Amino acid sequence: MSQSTNGTTHRRRFLFGGAAVGAGALLTACTGSGSSEENNASELVGNQNQQGSNAKPGKTVTIGLSIPSDDHGWMGAIGANALAQAESFDDVKLEATEGTNDVNKQISQIQTLINKKVDVLAILPFNGESLTAVAQQAMQASIPVVNIDRIFGSKLAYRTWVGGDNYGMGVNAGNFIANRLAEQGKTDNPVIVEVAGIDNLPLTQERSKGFSEALDAHGLTVTMRQAAEFTPQSGRTVMGNVLQAQDRIDAVWNHDDNQGVGVLAAIEQANRSGEFFMVGGAGSKVMMEHIRSGDGPMAATVLYPPTMSASAVNLARLIAQGRSMTDLVGRAVPSEITLHSATVTKDNVDQYLDIAF
Amino acid sequence: MTEQPPAAETVPEATPDTSTATPRSGRPTDRLRLAGANQRQVLGLVAVLALLVAAGSVTTENFFQISNLVLLLTQASIIGVVSIGMTFVIISGGIDLSVGAIIALASVWATTGATQDFGLAGMLFTAIVVATVCGLVNGGLIAYGGLVSLIVTIAGMAGFRGLATLISGGRSQVVETSAFSAIATTDILGIPLLVYIFATVVAVGWLLLNRTTFGRHVFAIGGNPEAARLAGIDVRRVRATVFALSGLCCGIAAIMLTARTNTGASTHGTFYELDVIAAVILGGTLLTGGRGTLIGSILGVLVFTTVTNIFVLNNLSTPIQQIAKGVIIVVAVLLQRRANKEAAT
Repeated sequence: MSQSTNGTTHRRRFLFGGAAVGAGALLTACTGSGSSEENNASELVGNQNQQGSNAKPGKTVTIGLSIPSDDHGWMGAIGANALAQAESFDDVKLEATEGTNDVNKQISQIQTLINKKVDVLAILPFNGESLTAVAQQAMQASIPVVNIDRIFGSKLAYRTWVGGDNYGMGVNAGNFIANRLAEQGKTDNPVIVEVAGIDNLPLTQERSKGFSEALDAHGLTVTMRQAAEFTPQSGRTVMGNVLQAQDRIDAVWNHDDNQGVGVLAAIEQANRSGEFFMVGGAGSKVMMEHIRSGDGPMAATVLYPPTMSASAVNLARLIAQGRSMTDLVGRAVPSEITLHSATVTKDNVDQYLDIAF
Repeated sequence: MTEQPPAAETVPEATPDTSTATPRSGRPTDRLRLAGANQRQVLGLVAVLALLVAAGSVTTENFFQISNLVLLLTQASIIGVVSIGMTFVIISGGIDLSVGAIIALASVWATTGATQDFGLAGMLFTAIVVATVCGLVNGGLIAYGGLVSLIVTIAGMAGFRGLATLISGGRSQVVETSAFSAIATTDILGIPLLVYIFATVVAVGWLLLNRTTFGRHVFAIGGNPEAARLAGIDVRRVRATVFALSGLCCGIAAIMLTARTNTGASTHGTFYELDVIAAVILGGTLLTGGRGTLIGSILGVLVFTTVTNIFVLNNLSTPIQQIAKGVIIVVAVLLQRRANKEAAT
């Protein structure tokens, strides 16, 4: 219990520090860093810190960064964006650990960062629940934690959470598909296929929930749902079987653009590219190129922006410096920021290509 | 550890195993009994497969169609090629846990921008050479370094995949060379080229294992390495060669998988080692070495591929697929053990 008291005093100190700087920041109110996540133009990596009073150097802070290994293009971009963003600040020193998918190893890495007494931590846990305890240790040691995307099990474990909107991804994919089908006049029991990601991840379940609820609102249902594993190989196998199972398909939502490469290969190799349209997820460069050229079934992709790690570096810096976000009339950085999952189509793809991974 | 548990099961086969060490001098009864056991194994698997086909045909009309049977063969072909190399390794008394990682590395290396500049030939060459060299490294350390294959290939599993992730930066590298993509899209007489590649690997593998001195040596060093050495076999060279062969098969599989997914990725072949070993063991190859058939391994692969296919066609969820797969493995192995016991008596 004494631990939570520690946390409170620490937070109070924060708010107090934030108040002083925040007051000054309000006077010069401009677009602050990390704001308007859906506004792509200001979301370019390494570009956010060019505006607003928050761009001015403050006291030098050390940010400890811990993320899973970059075996997926999205995770690779998470790491690269965080590094690039930290690089662009003169007042930020980054202590990045080697990426790992071993929960135990990530715990030790974070403990090392705590022992090094970094000013603030930015953590994307491989598994939120498993790393809650160590994040809480950091908070108790007065090191604020910025939790990226996969959420910790307790609010005591993080100062601020920034992440994507999995449910919203599903909703936007569902709405896009429903509208496109309506345009095509295919409203009578269309065959809608969902190729999900790794099935036992909460994020996959949320995406699927959003998708089916959005479709439901339009009076549609998912005809067939099969799970792949975020890899091109799994996408290829699953879609190969799905195509065999369904003689007619009207629309496909594939949760993840990385596995989507395999899904697309299956469709092309079965010569069924022209039969239906497909919506992707996350927003990879390869898929956005397909959307732009319109050379296959890819009609849209719903974003899960990997720029969130750059935003997290910004937030960590502001927190450690005791500043606030200048577009908000608060004295401190908010405790939760959910990014918008934009729908990228042929019409707006050019605005999003540079944040694709 | 993995090589220990089946030891108890092996006891009844101990006699035939040693007899294969020097096949020519083996007593005819032993050889017959061995052949009988293999046949039962194969027949048992054919029965399991027939049951699955029946189940598939009953539950969904999309199963028993030529297009689906072709799809099944195509899906089985990639993992099937890996299982051929693995069968050699396991018969020789080793294990190769690095196959999935070698596939990942070969696929990534063959699809880097620099490699793709060399076109189809450059990509094929790179995949084959990279994978074979990986196999040789494994084989060299095991045969000449005297290290245990389990450990060496666990190291390979981590190291090769790590290198693949490093080279690709975690990205899926799309194949821009259309001649390469064509490997997966070319059909000959309505059957995909991938299936022909698989068939060729099977045929060459079968000849190598059953009709050459090298093949007999593989059985011999798996059954009793000491006896094999005393019989004048260069055990170390055979052992190194077997791992190089496994690497070569991975290279071929990497080409097939890269063409089929149109990408090279460091995630390619994830858990292939487990799938392949399960299929090979299901096919009746002894984990302790000295006995096994290629046909069994191929049937093992087909059983797993068919199970997945039927489940997706019936739109069953992933957890149910996984449970059923587990049950099928256990049931198949139990059936086999009974067949083995009958054969031994």
